[in-house]
Amino acid sequence: MKHHLILKVITKFMVGVIVLFGLYVQFHGDYSPGGGFQAGVIIAAAFILYGIVMGLENVQKVMPIWFAQKAAAVGVLVYALTGVFSIIVGFEFLNYHAINPEHPKHGQHYGIILVELGVGITVTFVMIAIYYGFAGRTPRLDDKEW
Amino acid sequence: MASEIKQGTLELVNHLPILQVITPMLIAPILVVLNNKTLSWLLSFLGALACLFISILLMQTVSDGSILTYYLGGWVPPIGIEYRIDAANSILLFLISIISAIVLIFSYSSLHAEIPEEKHTLFYSCFLLCLTGLLGVVATADIFNVFVFLEISSLSTYVLVAQGAYFDRRALSASFNYLIMGTIGATFFVIGIGYIYMATGSLNMMDIAERVSQIGDNRTIQAGFAFIVVGMGLKLAMIPLHVWLPNAYTYAPTVVTCFLAATATKVALYVLIRFVFSVFNYEDTFVNELFFLLLMPLAVVAMIAASVIAIFKQNLKKLLAYSSLAQIGYMLLGLSLMSQKGLSSSLVHMVNHGFTKAALFMSLGAFMLNTKNVYIKSLRGLGRSMPFTSGAFVIGGLSLIGVPGTAGFISKWLLLEAALETGYWLLAILIIVSSLFAVIYIWKIIEVLYFAESTETYSEVSVLTLMPIWILAFFCIFLGINTSLTVDVANMATEILFK
Repeated sequence: MKHHLILKVITKFMVGVIVLFGLYVQFHGDYSPGGGFQAGVIIAAAFILYGIVMGLENVQKVMPIWFAQKAAAVGVLVYALTGVFSIIVGFEFLNYHAINPEHPKHGQHYGIILVELGVGITVTFVMIAIYYGFAGRTPRLDDKEW
Repeated sequence: MASEIKQGTLELVNHLPILQVITPMLIAPILVVLNNKTLSWLLSFLGALACLFISILLMQTVSDGSILTYYLGGWVPPIGIEYRIDAANSILLFLISIISAIVLIFSYSSLHAEIPEEKHTLFYSCFLLCLTGLLGVVATADIFNVFVFLEISSLSTYVLVAQGAYFDRRALSASFNYLIMGTIGATFFVIGIGYIYMATGSLNMMDIAERVSQIGDNRTIQAGFAFIVVGMGLKLAMIPLHVWLPNAYTYAPTVVTCFLAATATKVALYVLIRFVFSVFNYEDTFVNELFFLLLMPLAVVAMIAASVIAIFKQNLKKLLAYSSLAQIGYMLLGLSLMSQKGLSSSLVHMVNHGFTKAALFMSLGAFMLNTKNVYIKSLRGLGRSMPFTSGAFVIGGLSLIGVPGTAGFISKWLLLEAALETGYWLLAILIIVSSLFAVIYIWKIIEVLYFAESTETYSEVSVLTLMPIWILAFFCIFLGINTSLTVDVANMATEILFK
């Protein structure tokens, strides 16, 4: 893939930046535009870009299929367990006061961060899994066919 | 929010409405993480049992006419999401939970025949998500939450139906059709919700009901209602919108067919009932005319036409799918009579038909374990070589026809009473005619089972497979003799809905 040299160099440079921006959107989602869903899509875009330019095999070395599948489930668990935690402490499901009953405002703040984290994880890995699902079906193009 | 609350004050008992929904939702991702076939089955089964236990507790609490409410996240209703359990939805929560538990017993011994073993974990995970969705639709009192849960259940249903592809590739196109139709239905539904929100500015059912009665005649609300009726009509397979149902039921794995036939369409009908009585004003002339001029004729067409089509079907799963369409017609008819008795018969029929159809589909599944297909010709003489499965099938068939002493009789009798009470003699006659068609297509199968010469001999299926079938068959009889579980709760439910 020598003739894709520029693409490859730019991609290698950009992947880190994209993930960083994704994390920014993720952790500022509670008081500025953004949040788990948008951040998840941005982070997944980094992996998808890497996969498109470097090939499916290479991206799957970094992010195996089984990992994407399980991590997507873990995200849902993070969300649900945040709610279950409030039940155990004696509040309503997903009542973030439970996280810090002394300072309900802080509790709400941490709660929304945790829940957004769950959303972010799930969206990231579901997006990647969908990409794998589509990319894995077609025979990969030979380099000469470009 | 009140800042003086320093620690939680709620006991576990207060959490029952939400635990009902989140129990399967919590287990579903755990299954994917663990990724073990046997453990997945065990956890799903335990989850379904927990749901059943919770639903029985809930039904006991609300059977005296009281209403349980639960504020999600502690946010008070018009702003936050409210879960509201009364007699009407407790009976459906019970139906969904018990059917899921019974179906999971059946899946332990039969799933490997239809789905490769490495897919079992994901299958059970999907099944639990579908269960979550159905329970959530029924439990919630927030109309947008209804839409969200409806989509959770529908999306997982599309996947579950497509799993039949390992057995018959046509499951893929059946699932795709269902996906398209179901999505159109969901779109109509959400547009309807949008209109209501536009007119009332609220998403909470009780709050909307209050505001709708204040606003009075309003074109936006009427349009919203029409959209919701069409959307739910697609989901519950009302006759001109039913095209997805026969193929989806035929090519889905038996476990999925049993579960869907017994629950999914009922939940959609429940949503319609909930919207008519708890969100809109059921005395409104627009609602009444819509039901009288549109839904009642369609329900009658469903009862007659679907039964006639069922008679000519050779694939028995398809035959039962068309029979389901006819039964949905009965339920819609009960609702469209717009009387207490009619609604009560509709609710009772949901439960009774749920058990009946699950028993029938499950015994077909047991036949299929041996014969590998469900064409009527391959069932020749199976009544002798598989007496227990055939016996359960006969009981289910009798209940479907509505023979006295079975569950089907109770609900058809109530429906007849309701039709006569409102003075529609013609309807009563049509109900009986439709039941006679049911006699024809059930007899056709029984004749082949017991009176045809068998070409091949098979051995009876294992006890573990027979157990769930006979539990369902038992319920077909039990609900025909002891009506306190269904009729009394349904009467309580109609009183609450007609309030």
